[in-house]
Amino acid sequence: MALKRLSIEQLLGLNKFVVDDEEAHILLDKECCRSCITRPCTAACPAGCYKAEKGEVNFDYAGCLECGTCRVVCPLSDRAIVWRYPRGGFGIQFRYG
Amino acid sequence: MANDKFTAIVVGAGPAGSTAALVLARAGHEVLLIEKGAVPGAKNMFGGRLYSHALNRIIPEFWERAPVERPVVRETLTLLHDGRSVSLNVRNLDWVSPPHHSFTLHRAEFDAWLASEAEEAGAMLACSIRVDDLLMENGRVIGIRAGEDEMFADVVIAADGVNSLLAQRAGLAGMASPRQVATGVKQIIELPSDVIRRRFQLEGNNGAAQLFVGDCTGGMQGGGFVYTNRESVSLGLVINANELRKTQRSLFELIEDFKMNPHIAPLLEGGDVGEYSAHLIPEAGLAMMPRVFGQGILVAGDAAGFALNLGYVVRGMDFAIASGEAAAKTVIQAKKHNDFSRRGLSFYQKYLRENFVLRDLAAYRRAPEFMENCRLFETYPDLITSLMAEVFTVSGSQPVHLFTKILSRVRQSRVSLAKLFIDGWRGATWL
Ligand SMILES: Cc1cc2nc3c(=O)[nH]c(=O)nc-3n(C[C@H](O)[C@H](O)[C@H](O)COP(=O)(O)OP(=O)(O)OC[C@H]3O[C@@H](n4cnc5c(N)ncnc54)[C@H](O)[C@@H]3O)c2cc1C
Ligand code: SF4
Ligand code: SF4
Repeated sequence: MALKRLSIEQLLGLNKFVVDDEEAHILLDKECCRSCITRPCTAACPAGCYKAEKGEVNFDYAGCLECGTCRVVCPLSDRAIVWRYPRGGFGIQFRYG
Repeated sequence: MANDKFTAIVVGAGPAGSTAALVLARAGHEVLLIEKGAVPGAKNMFGGRLYSHALNRIIPEFWERAPVERPVVRETLTLLHDGRSVSLNVRNLDWVSPPHHSFTLHRAEFDAWLASEAEEAGAMLACSIRVDDLLMENGRVIGIRAGEDEMFADVVIAADGVNSLLAQRAGLAGMASPRQVATGVKQIIELPSDVIRRRFQLEGNNGAAQLFVGDCTGGMQGGGFVYTNRESVSLGLVINANELRKTQRSLFELIEDFKMNPHIAPLLEGGDVGEYSAHLIPEAGLAMMPRVFGQGILVAGDAAGFALNLGYVVRGMDFAIASGEAAAKTVIQAKKHNDFSRRGLSFYQKYLRENFVLRDLAAYRRAPEFMENCRLFETYPDLITSLMAEVFTVSGSQPVHLFTKILSRVRQSRVSLAKLFIDGWRGATWL
C-alpha cells in the first residue's frame, strides 16, 4: 500500500493534545501583524497555526507543538507575540517523542 | 515540604535535568525536579539516537534497563538531488556489542525512565508544574515561582531546554537569533519489525541511522533524517530558522514531500503515521552559549546551547547528560563551602571542560559557520550525484575518462576550483 500525503489537519489529528480552554499560551497582537510585510510565521510554523486571511493574520493555539519557531522568526516578536509554554499538564503530549 | 529549602531545584526533566537530579540525589542532597509535562518526556522530541558514552559513565550498562529501541550498526550519509542520490554506507559490528555506541529511542519513554531513576535515588519529582519565574534576592537566585507557589533552594539548575525562560530571566541569555536555531519536524511511521529488518538490511534488533543532505530541504540549510526504531521509523527534517524566515514553503509540506520522495517512499511503504512532532535545536554552538552560571543558578543542556550539528553527526543528548552531571558536581562542591555565589559555582566551567562538553564544542566551533555555506545544500549534492550517475551510465557514446568527467562536471556547476578547494579544506579541518 502506497503512502498517502497527509494534510496538516490530518497530521495534527494523530497527536494527543490536552487543550487548555481557559488560557491561551500564545497571544498575538494583530495590530503588529497588520504592519508585518513578510509574515514568516505563516510558513515557518510547523503546525500551521498562523494563517493569513483577508489581510489579517489569524492564530489558533490548539494545534501548537510548542516548538518556539514563531517567536524566533517573527521580526516584531517583542511586541507581536507573548509566548509561553502552556500551563503545567496542558498542551501537546507526545506518546513517542 | 513546601516551606523547606532544597539544596537544588532542577527545572526540566529532560536528560540534563534528570541526570543532574540523579547525581545530586545519589550524593544525598535534597533535590526537587520540576517538569511542566504531565509526565517527563511528554513534551520532548528529537531525531533519533543517543550516543551512549555519557550515560554509560553515570548508569553503567544502562541499556540493560533503559527503554532503548535499537543499537545502531549502520550509518548512512546520502546526498539527494532530483532523481539522483549518492550514499556512503558504514557498517561496524563493534558498534552493537557492549558498550554499544548509540541507540535509537523514543523520548516519551526514555525521559520518563531517566526521571524515575532520579526519583529512585531520592529526588523529588513534581510534574504538571510550569515554572513561571525565578525568585531573586539581592541579585541572586533563591528559588522559583510556579503560579501561586514559591519554592526555595540554595541553587536553581535551569535545564529547561532550548527556549530557556530561566536563563533569560536570570539575565544570562538573550533571545536566540534565527540563525542560531533550527526547527526539526518528525513523523513516526509505524511498521512491523521484520519489515524494517528487511528494508534496512539489518540483522536481529540492530538499527540504522541515515542522514540526508540536498533538495529534501528545498536547498535550505539543513537536512533530513531516518532512524529505525523497533516497530517504527523516525523520519524528519531539520531546517535553520533563518532560512525558514524567507521561505514560502511550509515545513509540513516539506516533510510530506520528503516522505513521498522516491528515494525514501519505498522504505516507508505500508506504514502508518503515528505522530507528528516539532522542536527547536540550538545550532550555533559556542557562539550562542549564554553565561552558564550566575548567582545561585547554573544552566545545563539545550538551555545552555550545548548541541552540535555536523551534518553527519547530530549531538545534544550526550551534552545534556554530561552537563547535567557537571552541574550536579558543581552543586556538591559548592555545598561543601556553602558558597553558591558566582564564584562558588565557577567550578562548573572546569567540570564542563574536563568532561568533554566545552572541549568538543570548542573543537567544532567553526562548524556552524561551515554549515551556513549554501553550496552544501544545492550545488554540491547536484554536482556529486550527477557526476556519480554519469560514472555508472553506459550509453554507447564516446568514452570519457574519469578525470575529464570530473573537470567538466565541476565546470558545469560553476563553482570555481578555488572555492571548491576552500570548501573542501574547511570541511576537512572544521568538521
Ligand atoms: C529534530 C531534533 C533531532 C535531534 N536529534 C538528536 C540526536 O539524534 N541525537 C542527540 O544526541 N540529540 C539530538 N537532538 C538534540 C537533543 O534532543 C537535545 O539536545 C536534548 O533533548 C537536550 O536535553 P535537555 O535536557 O537540555 O532539554 P529538553 O530535552 O528539551 O528538556 C527540557 C525539559 O524542561 C521542561 N521545561 C521547560 N521549561 C519548563 C518550565 N518553565 N517549567 C517546567 N518544566 C519546563 C520541558 O518540558 C522538558 O521536559 C535533536 C533535537 C531535535 C529537535
Ligand atoms: S511574523 Fe510576527 S508580526 Fe509578522 S505576522 Fe507573524 S506574528 Fe505577526
Ligand atoms: S510554538 Fe511552534 S507550533 Fe506553536 S505556534 Fe509557534 S511555531 Fe507554531
